[in-house]
Amino acid sequence: MSKPAVKNHEPLFHVVKRPAIPTWQSLLIRAGAILAALIVAGLVTFFLTGLNPIDVYSTMIDGAIGTEKRIWNLLQGIALLLCVSLAVTPAFKMKFWNIGAEGQALMGGLAAALCMILLSDKLSPALLILVMFITSVVSGAVWALIPAIFKAKWNTNETLFTLMMNYIAIQIVSCFSFKYSVPKGSGSIGIINSISKAGWFPSVFDQKYFLNILIVVILTVLLYVYLKHSKHGYEIAVVGESENTAKYIGINVKKVIIRTMILSGALCGIAGLLMVAGTDHTIATDTVGGRGFTAIMVSWLAKFNPIMMFLTSFLLVFFEKGAIAISSEFDLNNSFSDIITGIIIFFIIGSEFFINYSIKFREKEEKRK
Amino acid sequence: MIVSFIQRAVMQGIPLLYGSTGEIITEKGGHLNLGIPGIMYVGAISGVIGAFFYEQSVETVNPILAVMIPLLSSVLGSFIMGLIYCVLTVTLHSNQNVTGLAMTTFGVGFGNFFGGSLIKLTNSDTPSIALVETSRCFKTALPFADKLGAIGELFFSYSFLAYSAIIIAILVTLFFNKTRAGLHLRAIGENPATADAAGINVNRYKYVSTCIGSIIAGLGGLYYVMDYADGIWSNNGFGDRGWLAIALVIFAVWRPNFSIIGSILFGGLLIAYNYIPNLSFEQVELIKMTPYVVTILVLIIISMRQKKENQPPASLGLSYFREER
Repeated sequence: MSKPAVKNHEPLFHVVKRPAIPTWQSLLIRAGAILAALIVAGLVTFFLTGLNPIDVYSTMIDGAIGTEKRIWNLLQGIALLLCVSLAVTPAFKMKFWNIGAEGQALMGGLAAALCMILLSDKLSPALLILVMFITSVVSGAVWALIPAIFKAKWNTNETLFTLMMNYIAIQIVSCFSFKYSVPKGSGSIGIINSISKAGWFPSVFDQKYFLNILIVVILTVLLYVYLKHSKHGYEIAVVGESENTAKYIGINVKKVIIRTMILSGALCGIAGLLMVAGTDHTIATDTVGGRGFTAIMVSWLAKFNPIMMFLTSFLLVFFEKGAIAISSEFDLNNSFSDIITGIIIFFIIGSEFFINYSIKFREKEEKRK
Repeated sequence: MIVSFIQRAVMQGIPLLYGSTGEIITEKGGHLNLGIPGIMYVGAISGVIGAFFYEQSVETVNPILAVMIPLLSSVLGSFIMGLIYCVLTVTLHSNQNVTGLAMTTFGVGFGNFFGGSLIKLTNSDTPSIALVETSRCFKTALPFADKLGAIGELFFSYSFLAYSAIIIAILVTLFFNKTRAGLHLRAIGENPATADAAGINVNRYKYVSTCIGSIIAGLGGLYYVMDYADGIWSNNGFGDRGWLAIALVIFAVWRPNFSIIGSILFGGLLIAYNYIPNLSFEQVELIKMTPYVVTILVLIIISMRQKKENQPPASLGLSYFREER
């Protein structure tokens, strides 16, 4: 008696991991995702404002790059976001989830602001900026070093640790904004040294943001070289891919973790310095303004490539400025830009799947025979 | 004064309790949902939108409908958020931290946008979103509460959403420890490959646990706006409570029954500065820091002691793909 043939149940489709696909294909998938995000963002705007989709995009483009001043503001926005994104990248590449960039940048900014308040009449302007630079870098680095030590020594969960450090930094800044508030008790420091401009970055070519942008461009190139072409960069990549491999080939994992986090925090400190000395000339709890979190998405979406990060930050800042233009034109709340940012990121995150995996549909019975 | 302090601490703690219970369910399935702050905003604003339309459309509010409509719209809003998170992280294997942070950006923006623009969008003639009637229905306390003096104030003076928060936390504890489904969920959080080999449908569990977690967290937002804030929406009024809820998860070492106590403690820390005389503004800000410092200390201590039952779920934050070993 022969057994009846067992009919295996095969699902309609299944997911398999792809080998690496050519760059042009992955770029095409990403471009498709951005296009889809644009359509959805346009539709959402249409339903909320009744503006026809063509006008939506033209208002956005005008709001982002309509005038020369807007272009500089756009570049400045990109520079600040890119700076924080660069800062978190070495840690991410090591698979150390530093989501404390917000706090690290805030501490760097706080250090710069305190120098501006306390030392402006004691030091010459050039020396003051030098001291601000050093203190910002050190305080950002210290804020990152604390969780790194615990991660290296006791494997304390760094995601949750760095997250909590953000709020401690925010409270410390809030405490100092009461201590030095003008007028007393108002809780905000106001523009520091608005007359003497001590500790402010000087304007170059009549552009107050030129120096910020220049610094970030230099940092981008340096970090690209550091990650791609230095021994440290290689060690970071190995630790990120497999800690066991790293141990096996004789890399001191703890040392790499601590060294990389110091670098990450120091870069965050520089970002804080740019925000305080180069942009706001004051410090408040929202000086960093969520860039610490957005930067994580920028860095991840760009696959830790500093040059790609420029494009991602451009995309996000462009739409932020565009959405703000729409919301102010229609007297809507500014948080509209957060919704648009969210939609764009959802689509790009989702598109990663189609780069890394492919879907195989069930083949027809006859075909297989 | 002690009585009113504890009462206010409980009221501050309830949104945190909802948020942390929701996050614990999600984390036990191995997903670190950093979108909880955004989901709580969406839960709150969805309830507000539902109540707003209801109050605008009728002359006199029916108490049962006034509670059910915001409740259902809040549940729907946070369910959709949970679903977006699941599609991206479970089905599409995206990075959980990045997806969660995007959810928070989106959710907080969604809340503030509709909170700030709802009146403009609907061309309504009310000056601000003040859902006093709805809030009154939500706040209905037990009738005998004020007859029992201090005991009544302490135990019976809260609204039904506050009691449900505690009941949900207890039920979730029982679910983890006493049911087979709870055991399966914990197994998935520890090692999804093993759970899969044992015949557990990993993705289905992850979807269900994350969506239910989102709904519970969203209720925390609803409680805040309808009960604590008297139905008055103010942008960013909810503040950092979502992150505090995630902190509470660690403080309670992933146990909802601990987070009942923890939430009241955190709630007390949030308002303690009102009850300490002669504080300067600087000191107030430093006192507000304590919940986060305490959380970090707990995190450090559990990582140093290495007790197995107090660790985060082992596969927390990692996505699971069957063919990848």
